[in-house]
Amino acid sequence: MSDVRYTKTHEWVRVEGDEAVIGITDYAQTQLGDVVYVELPEPGRRLEKDKEAGVVESVKAASEIFAPVSGEVRAVNAALAEDPARVNTDAEGAGWFFKLKLADATELGGLLDAAAYKKFVEGLA
Amino acid sequence: MSDWSRAVSGFAAEADTGDGHRNRGLEIEELLLFEQDAPGRSGVDWPEPPAVADRLGGMRREGAIGLPGLSEPQVIRHYTRLSQKNYGIDTGIYPLGSCTMKHNPRLNEKMARLPGFADLHPLQPPATVKGALALIDTLAHWLKALTGMPAVAMSPAAGAHGELCGMMCIHAALEARGERRKRVLVPESAHGTNPATAATCGYAVDPIPAGDAGRVDLAALRAKLGPDVAAIMLTSPNTCGLFESEMRAIAAAVHGAGAFFYLDGANFNALMGRVRPGDLGIDAMHLNLHKTFSTPHGGGGPGSGPVVLAESLARFAPLPWLVHDGDGFRLIEHAEGEAAATIGRIKGFHGQIGMFVRALAFIMSHGADGLRQASGDAVLNANYVLASLQDVLTASYPGPAMHEVLFDDRFLHDTGVSTLDFAKAMIDEGFHPMTMYFPLIVHGALLVEPTENESKAGLDRFIAVMRSLAERAKAGEAEFFHTAPHLAPRRRLDETAAARKPVLRWRKPAQAAAE
Amino acid sequence: MRYLSLTDDDRRVMLATIGAARIDDLYRDVPTDALLDRPLDLPCGMGELAVERALATLAARNVAAGSVPFFLGAGTYRHHVPAAVDYIVQRGEFLTSYTPYQPEIAQGTLQALFEYQTQLALITGMDVANASLYDGATATAEAAMMANRLTRRKKVILGGGLHPHYAETVATYAHFNGFTVVARPPDPAASDDPAVLIDGETSCVIVQNPGIFGQVRDFGALAASCHKAGALMVVVVAEAVSLGLVKPPGAMAADIVAGEGQSLGNAIGFGGPHLGLFATRDHHMRQMPGRLVGETHDAEGRRGYVLTLSAREQHIRREKATSNICTNSGLCALGFAAHLALLGESGFTRLAALNHAAAVALAERLEGVPGVRIVNDSFFNEFTLRLPRQAAAVVDALAAKGVLAGVPASRFWPDRPELADLLLVAATETNTEAEMDNFAAALREQLR
Repeated sequence: MSDVRYTKTHEWVRVEGDEAVIGITDYAQTQLGDVVYVELPEPGRRLEKDKEAGVVESVKAASEIFAPVSGEVRAVNAALAEDPARVNTDAEGAGWFFKLKLADATELGGLLDAAAYKKFVEGLA
Repeated sequence: MSDWSRAVSGFAAEADTGDGHRNRGLEIEELLLFEQDAPGRSGVDWPEPPAVADRLGGMRREGAIGLPGLSEPQVIRHYTRLSQKNYGIDTGIYPLGSCTMKHNPRLNEKMARLPGFADLHPLQPPATVKGALALIDTLAHWLKALTGMPAVAMSPAAGAHGELCGMMCIHAALEARGERRKRVLVPESAHGTNPATAATCGYAVDPIPAGDAGRVDLAALRAKLGPDVAAIMLTSPNTCGLFESEMRAIAAAVHGAGAFFYLDGANFNALMGRVRPGDLGIDAMHLNLHKTFSTPHGGGGPGSGPVVLAESLARFAPLPWLVHDGDGFRLIEHAEGEAAATIGRIKGFHGQIGMFVRALAFIMSHGADGLRQASGDAVLNANYVLASLQDVLTASYPGPAMHEVLFDDRFLHDTGVSTLDFAKAMIDEGFHPMTMYFPLIVHGALLVEPTENESKAGLDRFIAVMRSLAERAKAGEAEFFHTAPHLAPRRRLDETAAARKPVLRWRKPAQAAAE
Repeated sequence: MRYLSLTDDDRRVMLATIGAARIDDLYRDVPTDALLDRPLDLPCGMGELAVERALATLAARNVAAGSVPFFLGAGTYRHHVPAAVDYIVQRGEFLTSYTPYQPEIAQGTLQALFEYQTQLALITGMDVANASLYDGATATAEAAMMANRLTRRKKVILGGGLHPHYAETVATYAHFNGFTVVARPPDPAASDDPAVLIDGETSCVIVQNPGIFGQVRDFGALAASCHKAGALMVVVVAEAVSLGLVKPPGAMAADIVAGEGQSLGNAIGFGGPHLGLFATRDHHMRQMPGRLVGETHDAEGRRGYVLTLSAREQHIRREKATSNICTNSGLCALGFAAHLALLGESGFTRLAALNHAAAVALAERLEGVPGVRIVNDSFFNEFTLRLPRQAAAVVDALAAKGVLAGVPASRFWPDRPELADLLLVAATETNTEAEMDNFAAALREQLR
């Protein structure tokens, strides 16, 4: 079972081997409303932890996506171009954004686990 | 059903062509121009051009362009029908906060169309356009006098363009001092053009929070000032409809840090003839002629955004400059002589002259006394709305307000009705909604600006309807609000679909694949 | 005051409701010494007749283009606008409405702009257009910044045929926005090839067609050079009527089109308000500045229109917006659209042909004046004369004789003596043969 970690800026990271799969959380998509477009980083680009990786747009808002961990972009979810709605219907599954080659696995240690993220979100209400 | 209603509904079913086109009384469904094409038809008669050997250098266009052909009556009907689906100031109260939807006098339109203004080329010899130059100067004089500022850049094409002009002048002034400051302070309640403008100019934007009273937190501002701050961009009255009473203290603090004070003049309608921002220490301010000075909004533009400037910034003003020359005027169009330090051009030609004529007609019609009366009535109307609605809507801040009043959605708490839903229900009642969800510092903002032109009877009707809607929301009629508007030419439109699969133009439908 | 609906009785009642004694009391947040207690020392209000007289007096001190033989162009052109256009733009529902943020009650504006976007895409030969910018100069600056965003480069090359006001505006924006401009010198001979300057830092090359000196060129080869280096080609069109006869930017592989739409549906108006045109290819859509109208449907399934892709704009993205623009040139775009709707395909192409024929007729007459040479190998409705003496003095002399002869190049480039004998001359469908004869005769007389 792969371990999922979360950030306070509402991204999730799922580690699969030396890769990290990244997206935004279900809570984030409810806040955004209907997602209309996702601006994804290009494969090959080096992302730095906590720096901007892309943008997710709804009709009335645009939110930066921050890289939860550092690494080189290996793949992006091409399906989002045709069907951005899957970010709303399955944010933490089929609505993934991009995959990174993990540069430093220790960065995961500072992220929230599922229980901690849930508590964090409850505190926001 | 009676026979009559059966007949009506039967007719409606026949008229429904399956793509939703159904007339409703005087509101007539209108296809696109491209769907009414007859090849070769035209609404303009031009003679056959003489057969000449062309001198196009072989660059003749090939192939059809694809423009549709309609006759003049068809085009007139087309646009008349379209116009009937639009709400305008001419229709009723248009209480959009910070937009100043005041009456657009028709005298303005008549004056702008005088051939002596409309049929002039900007590059004609100056001796042939003396009246136009005098007009620009007369308006410039009024704007400087109303704001208490010594100089004005007339060329910016709109408010946001004026903001850019002002920030470029500030940047140039700092460069001339040999300083490279990187940060601009912008209140969280600011209009989006402020940070966008600062970023266009290469600045990083640092937000200043509002205090509990809805005004800029002076202590927070002071804490953020430093040698790397180029300017503050303030709006006063601010977007909560409140006068920033600490403007002098803000000016002192900002100047003390070597920075400049830019004022967003979008809300000048509260101050015309009563307060001169120049007396409060500002360095630059844009005016929106299409807000405060009644030039028409025209469905989104054109605007005009002259920028008044302090002495410290005047020499950086964009080209062209209009200067007195004997008993006439001279246009300076190049960076030389007294204009050597100009930031250069920020648009073509001289500025939005057509809007200058309109604004001057408005100003001359009111005069100093009338402008003062107008700003007073604008503030009176807004406060009347506040006083009449504050028990049933939630005002974000205690009064008095200036020319606009801010409510938030606390009064809708637990009703299941959002600010958006409330606004859509106002449409059914014959009103254009107020500004929604702006400023961002309160939740579900409703920003109401009646302007000075509304009659008391009109305001009373507006107030009564707002009360009634608030009561209905609290009484649990959420479903009604969720499905509003019901009576407008269109129901709610699917903005998600529009953004996911953008269709930004008509395209000729593909031919059938196989016959 | 005739625009104010409140009576003194109303004001009294309203003040009582508010609980204030006077309107001045509502200004209590203003420092008392900054609150003026009487009207400023400026003229008092005037009735409509008095205002008309005052403004008509100012207007009468100008020489209107229609009152004399008139041959100026240089980025704004005198065309005949059908009476129906002015009627349409003055309908109160168009004139007095705001940006269509409540689409349910703004379908008039939205559909008209959707049609305008389509018309502009068609005449430029591009895929998609926006709902207008301020003018040609700022549209060009926006095109440069869009190219910078798309290529992630910062060097913009300006061709020698670009309108100098546009070039200067781009240079101003470049200075403050942090990109560099390489401007080719003015190119009356239309021989300049900016391709030689393209390198790996170039974001775009901006050229104008027809150029400021009037020449018409094919920039297809330039587009290829740009694309090979990963740069974009921006084609500027300052005379929209030219698109009825001249090969459009879309057929030259342009990536972005910026331009001036005043020629259709709008008066010259001493230079403003004008109409910034902007169009591009589908795959660049999301980097476009300005408003965009898109098609959708409502809750009853009926086709309708909304502003869309708004997340690019300042009111949402704030400092990360594609542009700071808010107000566009909507009413001018409506005039453009209505004029083009009236013209249709046959009327538009015919109008363009009439313009070219007028310019050819004028060129023939002027070429016959001793000492006068036409510099252009090609032109649409504007060309450049080389005179045997300083053009500015000739223009002033002719103006005194009641002929507005054109724009001397020295008006744009006072520091380039090599251009001082050049005169930019335009002819449109509004010029009669008699006026052309008049011009030629006056010029001949002046140069004797």
